[in-house]
This record gives sequence, structure tokens and C-alpha cells, in this order.
Amino acid sequence: MLVLFWTDILIFLLVTLATLFALHASRREHLRAPWREVARSGVAMSALVVLLVYVGIGLLDSIHYRPLSHHAENAAETRYSGEALSVFDKLVSGLRERSEKTYSAPFALHLYSRETVEGSDGTRSRQYPRLFHGGAHLSNPDDRNMDIASIAFGAGIKATAAWGLICLILAVVMGRRNGVRVRSSLRAMFVQRNAVNWRAMLVTLLVVMIVAWAALALSGYYHILGTDKVGDDVFYQALKSIRTGLVIGTLTTLVMLPLAVVLGLMAGYFGRWVDDVIQYLYTTLNSIPSVLLIAAAILMLQVYLDNHAAEFASVAERADLRLLFLCLILGVTSWTGLCRYLRAESLKLREVDYVQSARALGAGHFAIIGRHILPNVMHIVLITVVLDFSGLVLAEAVLSYVQIGVDPTTHSWGNMINSARLEMAREPIVWWSLAAAFIFMFSLVLAANLFSDAVRDAFDPRLRSR
Amino acid sequence: MSAYLIRRILYAIPILIGVNLLTFVLFFVVNSPDDIARSQLGDRRVTEEAIQTWKKSHGYHKPVVLNDNEEGFGKITQTIFFEKSIRLFLFDFGQSDSGRDIGHDISQRMWPSLAIALPTLLLGVLLNITFALLIAFFRATYIDFWGVIICVILLSVSTLFYIIGGQFLFSKLLHLVPISGYDTGIDAFKFLILPVIIGIIGGIGTGTRWYRTIFLEEIEKDYVRTARAKGLREGRVLFRHVLRNALIPILTGIVVLLPLLFMGSLITESFFGIPGLGSYTIEGIQRQDFAIVRAMVFLGSVLYIVGLLLTDISYALVDPRVSLR
Repeated sequence: MLVLFWTDILIFLLVTLATLFALHASRREHLRAPWREVARSGVAMSALVVLLVYVGIGLLDSIHYRPLSHHAENAAETRYSGEALSVFDKLVSGLRERSEKTYSAPFALHLYSRETVEGSDGTRSRQYPRLFHGGAHLSNPDDRNMDIASIAFGAGIKATAAWGLICLILAVVMGRRNGVRVRSSLRAMFVQRNAVNWRAMLVTLLVVMIVAWAALALSGYYHILGTDKVGDDVFYQALKSIRTGLVIGTLTTLVMLPLAVVLGLMAGYFGRWVDDVIQYLYTTLNSIPSVLLIAAAILMLQVYLDNHAAEFASVAERADLRLLFLCLILGVTSWTGLCRYLRAESLKLREVDYVQSARALGAGHFAIIGRHILPNVMHIVLITVVLDFSGLVLAEAVLSYVQIGVDPTTHSWGNMINSARLEMAREPIVWWSLAAAFIFMFSLVLAANLFSDAVRDAFDPRLRSR
Repeated sequence: MSAYLIRRILYAIPILIGVNLLTFVLFFVVNSPDDIARSQLGDRRVTEEAIQTWKKSHGYHKPVVLNDNEEGFGKITQTIFFEKSIRLFLFDFGQSDSGRDIGHDISQRMWPSLAIALPTLLLGVLLNITFALLIAFFRATYIDFWGVIICVILLSVSTLFYIIGGQFLFSKLLHLVPISGYDTGIDAFKFLILPVIIGIIGGIGTGTRWYRTIFLEEIEKDYVRTARAKGLREGRVLFRHVLRNALIPILTGIVVLLPLLFMGSLITESFFGIPGLGSYTIEGIQRQDFAIVRAMVFLGSVLYIVGLLLTDISYALVDPRVSLR
């Protein structure tokens, strides 16, 4: 049975909007030109590949359903289990189900802590017990490194072969389209400089595929990033956190955009008291330090949820609502910057000749704003959206650390850091949760930053002349 | 000048009233005091009596906006709105939910915050300007390209990891400084040095990249071309002309931050156990102490508005083209 969370609906709404925008832009030359410049940049295209992998995982993780309950399979009526799973959970179900007792290091065969074990002859001894799943297929623990190497090597070979196949298919398709032979279209992809920087994309794809393939193959036998306090696989948690990061980074913008665009354009276009009121509004909101505003809002939400616990069907639903609310409140604190830019810009555009002549021809205010001003500030909106994304992903971690972020039951990098932080004092140190959160967050934020830089350079007319 | 100042200060008043109303709505209208009491007491089946006691002991027992039981002025003053919100304007923060005097706490705890935030800001800005000038000097070369990439890499790392990594490296592995804690007087130095260094390193990426854009924007201008045309060396052009003019946006960008330095940094202070306002806020949030959060929201807004005022004044001081009318 399909389950629709609020954030799921909004995510797919966002995907639809982005697709529509892409279709719209692809038909207009002046919108295509800057994107072509982005496509030429090697750094940006490599970053795009990484981003697309993240987005793919995030989207798979956004289709939720309730599986058939195990107990009721034979019963006449169909019953669904209370827990909502996503398609992504189904794909990596092994990862989710293979849990240990408590901490274990990456690729470990034994538990992190000692336990009293009763031997076959009845003697009791304290030792590190073997893990239930991590490396359980090995009869001799000394074979571990060889086993890891051979699995990884096999996966690498397979990934490379698959990558070669993708290259070939791409070359055939492109060759067909351009009317050239496959060999020359392959050479065009790797050697010549094209409109699209295929070489950067394909090389990044190769690296990503090898890493992902090896990680997935190994995670079938080991806990490649260890397990956490209650024995859950850290790799699985890090993967699940991707969706949370993406939701925060994108939905926040979706929430704030209408507000910022409408108010900013109105303030700049109408001026006078409209301008005064809107300026007052955003100065007031802006003057409250955003962390404190978020804290106050989340505390209040917590009180509300405490008092209305009965209205939510499940914990997941409540956590989802809190996530959505966090996006809302982050949006409220972050729309002021864009609003101010748009106000300044429409203040300038109001006096431009084509707006003046549209007014002289008798066009209405909203027609002028919609037809003449809005299209000319879209590049600012776009730049802000892509630039804000990485900051929001980072903000999520900090807010969750302060405990005013996502619900503690939601998988997120902030929660991973928060729960791992206290274990830094242990000996030997429990570092893998932190490392996992770091790797996943860093690569997403870095890719987003590199990509958004290229987008800004391409769209900002002031920089284009350089 | 004074007329301008007075006008600006007058303009700040409606903003503060707005902030005050907003926090009031957020804290007392979205959830009624009864809801707050029930949530604080934790249990679902709290007796009405317990709620009333809790409200009374925390001063939430009065009516929210209008008190019909009182005569004359009492109608307005004997309310939550007056006692909890209006009093903030007099910087009377009242008592926290755990019974401490918030005003006293704030005056005690703002100094450790400042002791970390001020050196971090000043040293950080100096370092970032140096790096940005270097990158601008080598603009459009590989040094520029990789410099920017390194900046992007640095700013892609979460603050949390800078702190955790720094504590692990300097305190746990090298045993150079204590992991966390605070002391008064000269002893505070050894506790402050690590947070300051980490704060500076964490800010390099953002700061250097930002200042580089400012420098590059300045380099495009006509007077720079003139300076070069008359035969000045590149280094002299950068230091004598570009740096001086670029300092205007840099300085005014810093001035707005100055008052907020008192508020400290939430994350740094809580990781390093510094008894500043940042960790005070965090404690308030984590204990769900609404009085503290409310006071900090108001204090933060006041400081921000003071910062805006200082920015306007500093603009006029450093840039003779701006006149205050």
C-alpha cells in the first residue's frame, strides 16, 4: 500500500517543477546559453554526476509504502504493517536487517565490547564475540583482508565493464544523432572538447561506479562503516540520511521562493507604502538571530506535538511533519536575503524603457510584473537557490546537534554526529559514525558548492565579461 | 549627524516592537500557557492542580493580554503580555524557568563569549585578507584556480567536524591544550586558544573567497587601470589602491557583526564548555527554558539593530561620498 508523506508529495512536486523549467529553458536560446557554459565546465559536470547519484538515492527513498504484514499473509483480509518502508529500503533490505548487538568497527569480525561467553566445556570467559553478520562467511578470521580485496577487486572489474558498456551505448546514440561512426563519436567524447564535457562526467562516473559497486558488494558480507550503539549498520544510516539532507536543502527553497519573489518584486515595483511595509517585515524577521528563531519555533512545535500526540498515526508521520516544519521555519529565516536582492533589482527594472512603454501601452501592473520583470530576475532566483542548498545541508547538522533540528528518530547526518560525539571519549575511540557522516556530507556539499559556483559564473552577467 | 542618528534610533523602535510581538505570539498564543505547563510536566495525565501550581510558580498564571479582574492600569499591567514582553524593553529579563535571574546571568556570561569571538573575528579577518590579496595578485593563474578550489573544499566541511577534529588532534593526540573548560584571568588563555584557532580555520574558506570577490571587483575599476597606466607596480597597485578601497565593504561588513559577538557561538561554546552566552542559549533550548530563549531572542535583535546603526555610521566615517542626512 502506497504511503504519501508530506515531504514526499512536495519532493515530487519540486521534481515536476524542475522538469517543467528544464523543458521551458531548453526551448529558449537565451536560457540555454548559460547552461551550455555550465556543461562545458569539467568541474561542474563532475559535481553534477555526484549530485545526480545523491538525488537518485533520495528519490528512491521518497517512495514509501506499507509492506504486507508477515503475520497476516494467510488471513483472508489483507493487512499492512505499521511501519512505512521506502523503495530504497527494499533495495538494500539486507543492510537494514543485518544488525548486531552493539558497536563494531568497520570490517570488524568481532564486537567492540567484551562479553561473557560460555565455552563448550562449561567454562566462562570474557572475550570479543564474533559478529552475527559481519564476516560470518569466513571460517578463518585471518582470511579477512584477502577476502575484502578479492570482493572489492571483482566489484571493480564488474563496475568498469558496466561503465564501458555505458560509454559504448552513449557513443552509439550520439553517433546516430550526429551521423558519425561510433569510433569518432567515442573519440569526440574523450579527446575533443565538446559542448558537453563528457570526459569529466564519464571519468567521475567511473570512479563513483567503482566505489559504489565495491561498497555494495562488500556490505553484503561486512559492515563496511561499522555498526552503531544499538548495532545498526552505519552505512545504511548514512545512505538514509541523504534524503533528509536533500529535503532540507531543496524544500526550504520551495517554501521560501513564492514569499521572497512576490514580496520582493512588489516592494520594488510599487514602492511607497508597500515598500515600507515589506521592508519593515523583513528587517524585523532578519533582526532575530536565525538560530534563536528556529529554536523558539521548534520548541513551540514540540509543545504542540506533545499535546496532540494522538493525532498522528505513526512516529514516522510525526517525524515527517517535524521535518517539513523545519523546512518551513528555515525558509522563513532565509527568504529575506533573496527578497532584498529582488527588491533592488525590480526597483531598477521599473525604470527601464520596455517597462515604461508597456505601461504606456496600458498593461496592468501584474501583467508587467509577470511578463517583463519576473523573467528578468529569474537568474537571481536560480543563483540563490543553488547557492543556498549547501548551506542548508550544513545547517541541518548543526541544528540537529543543538537538538532543534529533525526528529531524533529521523536518519540524518546531524543526528549521527550528535550520537557519536559522546563516544569520542571511549577507548579505543568510536570514530566510524563520525567518519561516515563526514564523508557523505562533505561529498554532497562539495559537489553542490562546485556546481553552484559554475552556475553562478554562467548566469551572473557581471562575471561573464571577464 | 545627530538628527540622522535620532531618526535611525526612532526607526529601530517599531522593529523592536515587531520582534517583541512576534516572540509573544510564538510563545504564548501558538501554545497556551496550559499547553506549555503540560508539556513541561511531561505526563499526559497531569492534574489541573499541578498545572496551576506550575503556572503560578513560573508567573504564567495571569491572563494573557487583558486582566478583567483588576481595576484601571492593573487591567493591562497584571498580564503575561505586560510582565513577560513589555518589561523586555527595559532590559528586565525576569527569572528563568529554573528560577535564576536572567539579567544577572547575561551580564556574567557575555565576557567569555566576547573573549572567544573577538580574537576569532579580528585574527580571522586579517588572515583572510592576506590570503585573498595573495590569490587576487595571482588572479587567472593556476594559483588562483586552486586557491578557490581549496576555499570551496574548506567551506564544505561542517563546523562540527572542525571542532571535533581539532579537539581530537590538539587535545587528545598531542595533549597541547585541555579539551574543554574555562578559567578566569590569565589562566583562561589556555582554554581559549583552541576555540579561537578552530574558529579561524573554520572561517578561512568563506572569508577568503568572499574577500577575493571584493578585491576582484575593485581591480576592474577605472582608477586601478589608471594607476597601472601610470606605471605603478602590481604590488603597489594592490596595497596602495585596491586594498584601501576594498576595505570599505570589508569594514562595514564587520561592523554589523560586532555587537552580536556578545552572543557568542552556540556550537563552539557548547563543545568547549565555555560559560558564555552561546552555551547559555543552548542550555536554555535543551532544558526547554522558554524564558531564557525569549530573552536571548530579544537581546539578539537589539544587538543586531545596534549593529545596523553602527554600519550606517561607519559608512559615513570611512567613505566621504556618503553623507548622513
